[in-house]
Amino acid sequence: MHEPLRVAVTGGTCGLGLALLAEFRRRGARVAFVARTAPSVADVAEKHGAHGIVGDVARKADIHPIALQVIAALGGLDVLVNNASSLGPTPLAPLADTECEDFAAALETNLLGPFRLTKALLGALTASAREGRGAVVLNISSDAAINPYARWGAYGASKAALRHMSAIWREELAAEGVRFLSLDPGDMDTPLHAAAVPDADPASLKRPETAACELADAVEAALLKAPA
Amino acid sequence: MIAAARPVQRPRDARLLVVDGRGALLQASRASLVEYLRQGDLVVANDAATLPASLHGVHVPSGAPIEVRLAGRSSLRRDDLRFSAVAFGAGDWRTRTEVRPPPPALAPGERLALGPLAASIGALLGHPRLVALRFEGSADAVWAGIARHGRPIQYAYLSEALALWDVWTPIAAVPVAFEPPSAGFALDWSTLAAMRSRGIGFASLTLAAGISSTGDPALDARLPLDEAYRIPESTASAIRRAKAEGGRIAAIGTTVVRALEHAAARTGATAAGEGVANQRIDARTRLRVVDAILSGTHDPHDSHYQLLRAFQDDATLSRASAALETGGFRTHEFGDSVLIERKVGEAQRCSYDRGVPLPANLPGAPDGRQRGKTRSP
Repeated sequence: MHEPLRVAVTGGTCGLGLALLAEFRRRGARVAFVARTAPSVADVAEKHGAHGIVGDVARKADIHPIALQVIAALGGLDVLVNNASSLGPTPLAPLADTECEDFAAALETNLLGPFRLTKALLGALTASAREGRGAVVLNISSDAAINPYARWGAYGASKAALRHMSAIWREELAAEGVRFLSLDPGDMDTPLHAAAVPDADPASLKRPETAACELADAVEAALLKAPA
Repeated sequence: MIAAARPVQRPRDARLLVVDGRGALLQASRASLVEYLRQGDLVVANDAATLPASLHGVHVPSGAPIEVRLAGRSSLRRDDLRFSAVAFGAGDWRTRTEVRPPPPALAPGERLALGPLAASIGALLGHPRLVALRFEGSADAVWAGIARHGRPIQYAYLSEALALWDVWTPIAAVPVAFEPPSAGFALDWSTLAAMRSRGIGFASLTLAAGISSTGDPALDARLPLDEAYRIPESTASAIRRAKAEGGRIAAIGTTVVRALEHAAARTGATAAGEGVANQRIDARTRLRVVDAILSGTHDPHDSHYQLLRAFQDDATLSRASAALETGGFRTHEFGDSVLIERKVGEAQRCSYDRGVPLPANLPGAPDGRQRGKTRSP
């Protein structure tokens, strides 16, 4: 591909999202990212030469303003990374002690946000596929999407649903040329992990930069596959 | 016709009036649209996403409230922050535009404060309410301001305010349209899959659909304003391929006709690239590319109807209008649809001459009954 890749990342100001943004920039991509806190968005945009968008993927009313700014910034879209995630209640709690609102908030961020943003950006992604550039949606998963860890109920259930949704999108949109990846980056030294497991030894955790490099490789490999 | 007053893009009971190449009419369910296309045909749609083009704020010199509706731009470039815009005075969309108070008197150089956006008036464009507007600030800041402060242009005939969820077509991609390319509401992903399974091609282009009505007769007479467009190479080659193999080109909406015919008039063929559609299409236009159009239902006095006259003679369009009226079809952005094939005649191109008129056994019998059965792929 001679033109730079156009990538959007949600949750791009810390943790894995920030590492992904930096990795795609390092590889020459044009990147737009979304996060909730305006000063952090401005800092990261400046530091990494990326287009910063202030918004909350968990809010339905924010979805089109986000999608509009992504495409206005990049002119189109080849790769969407649904990375922004919510743990649910912190500290983590058994399901029986989880407030309904906290469970719903985890679903809004981890499941409905990726659903809505993918839907809003699907026109751009399929246009990219028709133009022969390829199109990939990467949904960030977790081993909690597969294994029933106690106290990870809101997070695990929402990530399990996200993983299943990715598989259904993949079935439905293969003919449109949009590839869906659901990948578990592993346990990383990130703010999310620190909130979940405060006493974990950071040295025992994967660096988000390492995970970002692996994920970017997977995205590039998916883009190179011949269209369906 | 009855106004479709609820913002539902694809109501289950949406209807379709088909006008075939010989002028025969038949009524069908719009869900059966694919039945009226043939293997080898290419459907071309406009993937422009709709901007929240209505911006409320203050006319700084007078302090008076103002609404501007972004209405046009001379390119699709992200850093082109100069728009033409129509200004309205106090009030909102619940008042019909025909009776909205005028904006304060506007002069070049004056500033507008539109929420987080600052803009200045560059010039009056031959009408006291049509102005050139230039936004101040970086492109990212301006697009963020429009995205967060703007609202979609609203319609007084609707029962509720529109959100962008209501006006982005399923295939909406590039946010450059000022009002929705609403013929595209009819195409959902299931329809696109059904087309693919029948060997009907699909391609897209982007045209910055302009404002459809201002409520001011002098302004409305100037519509449509010039519209910037882009035809991707993949679309141009799909059109050439379909034509070479005898397939028809079916345009989803008037905007697609404008873009394709403008590019063809300029180059003599369907070429990829960018342009600004500034032509009028009417009864005198000889269509070079498009063989059929899916469109909303239009009254004979609006500019969209003029474009339909390039496809069919006036007698046939009059019969179609009568059928829409007596058949209780709904009109406006969220209304029913017409599929109009280009008139079969002596001026017809070879690709079309090989087409056959609608066979008698098509669904949607002329008595209005609809066939529920769908063919499996």
